[in-house]
Amino acid sequence: MRVLRELTRRPSALFGLIVVAIVLLAAIFAPWIAHFSPDDQLADGLSLEGAPLPPGGGHFFGTDTLGRDLFARVLFGARTSLIIGLVANGVAVAIGLLVGLLAGYLRGTAGNLLMRFTDLMMAFPALLLAIALAALLKPSLWIVAMVIALVNWVQVARIVYTETRGLVERDFIVAERSLGAGNSRIILFHILPHLMPTAIVWGTLGIATTVLLEATLSFLGIGVQPPQPSWGNIIFESQSYFQDAPWLVFIPGAIILATALSFNLIGDALRDILDPTQRGRL
Amino acid sequence: MGSFLARRLVQAVLILLGVAAITFLLLYCLPADPAVLIAGRSATPQMVTAIRHELGLDQPLVMQFLHYVGNLLHGDLGRSYTQKTEVLPLILARLPATLVLMAAGIVVEVALGLTFGIIAAVWRGGFVDRSVMMLSFVGVSSPQFVVALLLLYVFAATLGWFPMSGFGTARHVVLPALTLGVLGAGWYARMVRSAMIEVLRQDYVRTAHAKGLSGRRVVLRHALPNALLPIIAMVGIDIGQFMSGVVVVEAVYGWPGIGQLAWQAIQQVDVPIIMGVTLVSALAIVLGNLLADFVAPFVDPRIRSQ
Repeated sequence: MRVLRELTRRPSALFGLIVVAIVLLAAIFAPWIAHFSPDDQLADGLSLEGAPLPPGGGHFFGTDTLGRDLFARVLFGARTSLIIGLVANGVAVAIGLLVGLLAGYLRGTAGNLLMRFTDLMMAFPALLLAIALAALLKPSLWIVAMVIALVNWVQVARIVYTETRGLVERDFIVAERSLGAGNSRIILFHILPHLMPTAIVWGTLGIATTVLLEATLSFLGIGVQPPQPSWGNIIFESQSYFQDAPWLVFIPGAIILATALSFNLIGDALRDILDPTQRGRL
Repeated sequence: MGSFLARRLVQAVLILLGVAAITFLLLYCLPADPAVLIAGRSATPQMVTAIRHELGLDQPLVMQFLHYVGNLLHGDLGRSYTQKTEVLPLILARLPATLVLMAAGIVVEVALGLTFGIIAAVWRGGFVDRSVMMLSFVGVSSPQFVVALLLLYVFAATLGWFPMSGFGTARHVVLPALTLGVLGAGWYARMVRSAMIEVLRQDYVRTAHAKGLSGRRVVLRHALPNALLPIIAMVGIDIGQFMSGVVVVEAVYGWPGIGQLAWQAIQQVDVPIIMGVTLVSALAIVLGNLLADFVAPFVDPRIRSQ
């Protein structure tokens, strides 16, 4: 609660919270908000010449090249983007926590091996690795989420590793161990709670990265497959018409930007609040 | 110092081996059988078996991996499924275009990032700082393909200042380089700012001010060189960002580089090309990191004496 109050006191974080709340509500209540189904090719969805309709009139965001209501597609696309954003990033943070914690706690050969593997993953450009994975597997919502999780855990692992290394040396951990506490007890009750601020901050910042990566994969045609709408594949489907029907590209584009920006702003503010020593860093 | 660099060199080689292992395993786990893909639709089972034998796909996993690494060392990245040619020449033919684009992108990124980062650090805490930081967040939160299409829409389709797509003249480079540079510029600005703030707090900067040097001289000649070090160390991650960005930017602008090659390969599920581009990118990242390690002592004498 204290954190939330502090967040609302910062204009940029407040902006982020409002945008995220709107997107979340839109995703949850999409079927009730939208007047049309996202997949219906409406009889009056195209002009007499067969062109998509611009925003306004009966269609808030206009229609796409197949005569589908863009507002409905964007609303349902919010579901796709948020599910992937939350699930993929949740898994990535969990893997990162596990690897970083184990490597930092075990040290020695096992810890070293884990960190060398992390270094190895750093050598791959995230998007290309995701492309390679997505090209090998048949892309679907959950595959895309897993692909993103598999490339995004690395940074979290590195940070958690550094923090755990520092924590293990601290007196209260040494004291706990000399009192006879086992490894699992030390990790669960004494190290993990100290890693929570990091996990929360990266859990938020990472959603921005994930939403962008999903949009990019879908834009390249290897993310979530049409007709299931995602913000990225709405743009993918209409990119060649961006001169004649700019709304089809720039409305979803602006929404992707606003969503990623909001998660970044909230994450940045959370870092300031939860970890004052990091204030002003990156 | 020497032993540190030697250790980094060994590490780089090991990482490259690991990279090869991962791409190999990805290829190995491929659901589609490459022999079937190469043989074509009308092939008999005997022909597929023959091709499998020819490719060494009937050998044990370890042998296949050694064979794969041996091939890589000879510059053999495999054959494209669709173009029926070697992957390496395909990549090499397109590399110059990508390097031009990346060089231009780096110029944009560094120019914007340094300028905004220094401005924010000098006027830290104020309105200028907050605006620049907000702007940098917008930069890092922008989907590159939307930026690319927006620049095309405004500056090519509407204003007609730049060509829609293609390659050849300086005017072709401007929009792709801007698209590529903006994202990185956001990160650079934030990093330059925090590094500069750290340096500006130090005693020697106060001394420089105290002896009456102009503010500009203190910032640019005394503080900036020391703030650059963490930025040089970022070059590996930076190259990674660029390699990812190149795929999107080249796809949108029709830029004939390796990003476009990868994008076309995605459409046709031409896995050897995708893997080839991934390998070349990983190589670039590892070399970039190594370069940063070797350059750092020249920029900062403190590292040389360690």
